[in-house]
Amino acid sequence: MNEPAHDIPTRNMEVSLGPSHPAMHGTVRIKVELDGETIVKSNTEVGFLHRGFEKESESVHWAQVMPYTDRLNYVSPLINNFAYCQAVEKLLAVEIPVRAKYIRVIAAELSRICDHVTCCGAVAMEVGGFTPFLYMIEGREHLWDVIEELTGARVTVNYARPGGVAHDLPPGFMPRCAEALRRCFELIDDTDKLLTRNRIFIDRLQGVGKITAEQAMAYGITGPFLRSTGIDLDLRKDHPYDVYDRMEFDVPVGSTGDVYDRWLVRFEEMRQSRKIVEQALRQIEPGPVLLNNPAFALPPKDEVYTQIEGLMNHFKLIIEGAKVPAGEVYSYSEGANGELGFYLVSDGSGKPYKCRVRSPCFAIMAAMDDVLLPGAMLSDIVPIFGSVNMIGGECDR
Amino acid sequence: MAHRTLDRLHRQFGDAIVAAHSQHGNETAQVAGSELLAVARLVRDDPGLLYNMAMDATAVDFLNKRPASERFEVIWHLYSRVHKTRLRLKVVVPESCPECDSLTPLWAGFNWHEREAWDLYGVRFIGHPKLQRILMYEEFKGHPLRKDYPVDGRQPLIPMRRVRDVPTQRQPPPELLNRP
Repeated sequence: MNEPAHDIPTRNMEVSLGPSHPAMHGTVRIKVELDGETIVKSNTEVGFLHRGFEKESESVHWAQVMPYTDRLNYVSPLINNFAYCQAVEKLLAVEIPVRAKYIRVIAAELSRICDHVTCCGAVAMEVGGFTPFLYMIEGREHLWDVIEELTGARVTVNYARPGGVAHDLPPGFMPRCAEALRRCFELIDDTDKLLTRNRIFIDRLQGVGKITAEQAMAYGITGPFLRSTGIDLDLRKDHPYDVYDRMEFDVPVGSTGDVYDRWLVRFEEMRQSRKIVEQALRQIEPGPVLLNNPAFALPPKDEVYTQIEGLMNHFKLIIEGAKVPAGEVYSYSEGANGELGFYLVSDGSGKPYKCRVRSPCFAIMAAMDDVLLPGAMLSDIVPIFGSVNMIGGECDR
Repeated sequence: MAHRTLDRLHRQFGDAIVAAHSQHGNETAQVAGSELLAVARLVRDDPGLLYNMAMDATAVDFLNKRPASERFEVIWHLYSRVHKTRLRLKVVVPESCPECDSLTPLWAGFNWHEREAWDLYGVRFIGHPKLQRILMYEEFKGHPLRKDYPVDGRQPLIPMRRVRDVPTQRQPPPELLNRP
């Protein structure tokens, strides 16, 4: 009975999770080498959802890239839209109208809440809390209703344009947005009460998937994941764009950099996002939402149908595409998962010469094999991977 | 403040900084391939620069736009958390021998980005710990983001089904068609 354990010959076992696995949302494969239940080595494979975003973008006009950006992070497509437009606007050297900036802030913050509820809901579900997942998805549905009203679609929004946004807020948007936020946050608060101070939940997540601030920065990790380690890097504060410099909000940070801290940071960020939306809705003033510049913006439809100049202009923009001055730019904004960067190279023609996306979750996934997984238990993979919030469309592009 | 990094690099490395500009607020230094590691080590460790975050690495193919001896540009984007500044390092590599030093030993975060640049552009990174394909599969031939790879190039692992191979819906037997 009390035989010494080292007499039993053992060897490590290899287990392959994914690419299609019930506990792994997103198509990713993690091959792990196990000693008992402890992970010795892991090998993460991504790319199963590679669609050739860059290659396709090089063969279409600048404005036609927009629908492809919807399909990068498909939980918060509006943020991708705006990030891409921001990069093109830097190349064009134009400043968009103030009202468009406010609309971008409102839409981006609603998307950020959508992204965070999806991530937190998934983390809760994967450790066994199915009810909060349903609450969170219902909360997201309230916000997606508002986004649908604004853009015409829940997910594939195609709403931004270089020089502003496609169209103005619909009538009655403000009260409906406030109501949707209220209903969404009832559910978020319920989830908070059910889980955040739940002993079982805390025991399951605390100390799991730890990463230090230095490691996270060396890996280029940004967003809530980096903030959970105590670094208050937030591009909305550090390099304000749009009208974030007029908004009052806090940047929540964690201290230990584990899954539980990421959960707390995301929850607080949702509340801050709500604060930003409410401020923006109070401050927004009437005005144009799209620059009236024939070089890159489509003319209003009544000009197209009544004037030869408008018609010509429309025709040229559709057939040849907007001519973007030659140059290169790396533009960055705060996506829901971290820094969403677009590196564009233009040769002065109507198509992007290169259109590169720096996706936030790709950087986090790169740290899985080296930092996050070794030493963890097999069953920890699921909450760790959930807290990364890997979005296949964005990671694999 | 804006040009401090570039000034510093010019002073320290002279001709090894082949070109520099700060278009659209992005400070860019094109570095001679032989000096890349020295420049990278300086921008990472110098207390006045401290570019500690590896944001992005990629390549650009200038086929038919530039001579074959400078066909590819390899690009690294860095961010300094302390000074809140950004820097883009560039190295030009020729078509005949597309390789340059890897910056992964200095910033772990470049590991996957450099793998991706190898996968999609075929630029080899010397000193990279694991230079394997990442987005495409091992059996893939060529490098899809090179400008001479066709947009509609397909290399399916399993042959695609042709339309005429797909069985059409079978007609129901005639006695079933006119049932009351």
